[in-house]
Amino acid sequence: MWEYSDKVQEHFFNPKNAGVLDGANAVGQVGALSCGDALKLMLHIDPVTEIVLEAKFQTYGCGSSIASSSALTELVIGKTLEQARALTNRDIADFLGGLPPEKMHCAVMGHEALQAAIADFRGEVWRSEHEEAALVCKCHGVDARVIERAIRDNALSTVEQVGAFTMAGTGCTTCYEQIEDILLRVATEAAAASAAAAAAHATEVARPETVAAAPAAAPVAPRPGSLNLFSAAVRAASSAPAPAKAIVRPATESSPLSPASPLPPPSAGMTNLKKIRLIEETIEDLRVYLRKDGGDCELIDVDGSNVLVSLTGACVGCQMASVTVSGIQERLMAKLGVPIRVIPVGRNAH
Amino acid sequence: MKAIYLDNNATTRTDPAVVDAMLPFFTEHFGNASSAHSFGAEVGTAVKAARQQLQQLLGATHDHEIIYTSGGTESDNAAILSALEALPDRNEIVTSKVEHPAILSLCEHLEKTGRAKVHFIGVDGSGQLDIDAYRAALSDKVAVVSLMWANNETGTIFPVEGLAELAKEHGALFHTDAVQAVGKTPISLKDSAIDMLSLSGHKLHGPKGIGALYVKKGARFKPLIRGGHQERARRGGTENVPAIIGLGKAAELALQHMAEEQGRVKELRDRLEKAVLQRVPNCIVNGDRHDRLPNTTNIAFEYVESEAILLHLNRGGVAASSGSACTSGSMEPSHVLKAMAIPEAALHGAVRFSFSRDNASEDVDRVIEALPGIVEKLREMSPFWADAEKKTNDSKPVFA
Repeated sequence: MWEYSDKVQEHFFNPKNAGVLDGANAVGQVGALSCGDALKLMLHIDPVTEIVLEAKFQTYGCGSSIASSSALTELVIGKTLEQARALTNRDIADFLGGLPPEKMHCAVMGHEALQAAIADFRGEVWRSEHEEAALVCKCHGVDARVIERAIRDNALSTVEQVGAFTMAGTGCTTCYEQIEDILLRVATEAAAASAAAAAAHATEVARPETVAAAPAAAPVAPRPGSLNLFSAAVRAASSAPAPAKAIVRPATESSPLSPASPLPPPSAGMTNLKKIRLIEETIEDLRVYLRKDGGDCELIDVDGSNVLVSLTGACVGCQMASVTVSGIQERLMAKLGVPIRVIPVGRNAH
Repeated sequence: MKAIYLDNNATTRTDPAVVDAMLPFFTEHFGNASSAHSFGAEVGTAVKAARQQLQQLLGATHDHEIIYTSGGTESDNAAILSALEALPDRNEIVTSKVEHPAILSLCEHLEKTGRAKVHFIGVDGSGQLDIDAYRAALSDKVAVVSLMWANNETGTIFPVEGLAELAKEHGALFHTDAVQAVGKTPISLKDSAIDMLSLSGHKLHGPKGIGALYVKKGARFKPLIRGGHQERARRGGTENVPAIIGLGKAAELALQHMAEEQGRVKELRDRLEKAVLQRVPNCIVNGDRHDRLPNTTNIAFEYVESEAILLHLNRGGVAASSGSACTSGSMEPSHVLKAMAIPEAALHGAVRFSFSRDNASEDVDRVIEALPGIVEKLREMSPFWADAEKKTNDSKPVFA
């Protein structure tokens, strides 16, 4: 059983404001039976002052869900809508003296229900973010925007943390890679924004009359606990500081196989034997993931910078085969630090 | 207020007689069973006696068919990995979707790493194996079939003796994870086609950290842990003597209490189940009504979540479980209930009550007194209950 704070237990065993609120003029309902938790938040808001006069809830869920719902109602009563809108899932958790990391999604659900209720009061059609963006976690119906917001609001950096806050990726785990992509995107954007702000500030202080030069993209730190197939290693390798203009170059120019493109420094002193062994090991690591999807990849030969592989199983004829090949290519380049071209060939090509 | 323990499928209280049997082997009889001198010899004799106690419980032909391990998980791992190694021309495994994680995790790992192809056989609504799918999966490529004797969450019993016969027709080894069955239901391996069987001490009032793998004489076996010549070189490592003695005593007691398990304990379980179904609407009992462990009932309460029920029960001094102890830290609904296609409204509301010979009639009274109010309170709080109540007002409890 989970370790709950005294306050969580108090709000679970003696929830405040549980039940139906007759005359509610703002109702927000989120969650579903299939997810194992759902919350219906009912508010009575003064139409003139826009102050929340009453709040009640109905919750289907675990101890944390019920306690979070109770806490939410206590938090919003007496607040203006704008104040209520500013509440985050972290505020709910803090009010309760914290929640186990695995149960943070209960506070996220409370935050969503509040946004839904406010939209209902405003006469807006609140569309669950689950319905608007691409579905990432099919097990729990969590989409990209929900994940993205959880990452931003809570400074999450690992797939496991995302799972604790949103439940995404805690089922069949096939969406791990997509979650990693979102983590990377948010981290990159945050780093860029931070760097831009710092540069703008520095320029303003030093030379307020001139326009600041484009800042260099901040490196993205490798994330612990990464289970990503290709991205982790590739990103780790590509996280070295790059010239600022690199991020605005045409895509063709930034191709790792292009002679003009910046590459990681070649591994010094690598013999052919070492190189081939490294290629073999890298491909062997990747095969585990390909097999999981019913495919496979076998190393056929190494000819200079050309690595010949044979794709089999589900990889044959797969629309994503080219993505797989370029993924292998990126991974090999990251490992070897030299340009590599991966060429799919028949099994008996050599 | 006396605390009531109804989570015996997770672990059982070590019987005081078991503890008494173990204690001298920490102090007085501390010798290494492998030593040639008198200190070791007397311990070696006691270990042999304990092995025979376990042999009796399992109805095994020879005491040396018992290999001591650290518990059920090691036994399960040893059985499957041994079979793959012993039959190198075969690389397929047949198992079910409702096995314990000790089997499922290993099989998934073997599949992921390309070491084996695994057939995960499904179950029906009562948790019984899809026999047609099982037959279809069997072939001369199968190295081992591993099917549990009794399910830890629902208590559903698989007809393992018959399933083993089918496996034998294809030359596959047959292993059963009998961790939940041993001590609760009669077992006789002497004339069965079962090659290997896993058991765990703490599930039958023995100590934790000790288990055994039965390997039928003549069945091919490769050790998981290699080292010294302990366990006839089938499991290296100095014997955990006090635990082995404790397991032997627990086996002896289990044999003595078998009738009680099938009689008084089963009656307690049935009385609780019947009362709950009568007093709480919209309940589903998960599991096979006819072929089920005598001590286990798994009841799903629609439109409430099991953890909320358990927290209330715990505050009232009653310990139960939402599933297997190994997975109760997870937020995912039980893989067993998902495989059984339990209705969505009930999937998250399953509570397992598992009895033992330590339980008394008063324990059942306490649960019956507390549970209806808890479920009612939580349902009143549920946004789905009012609508569901209207629709199902006339519904009767059902048995999955």
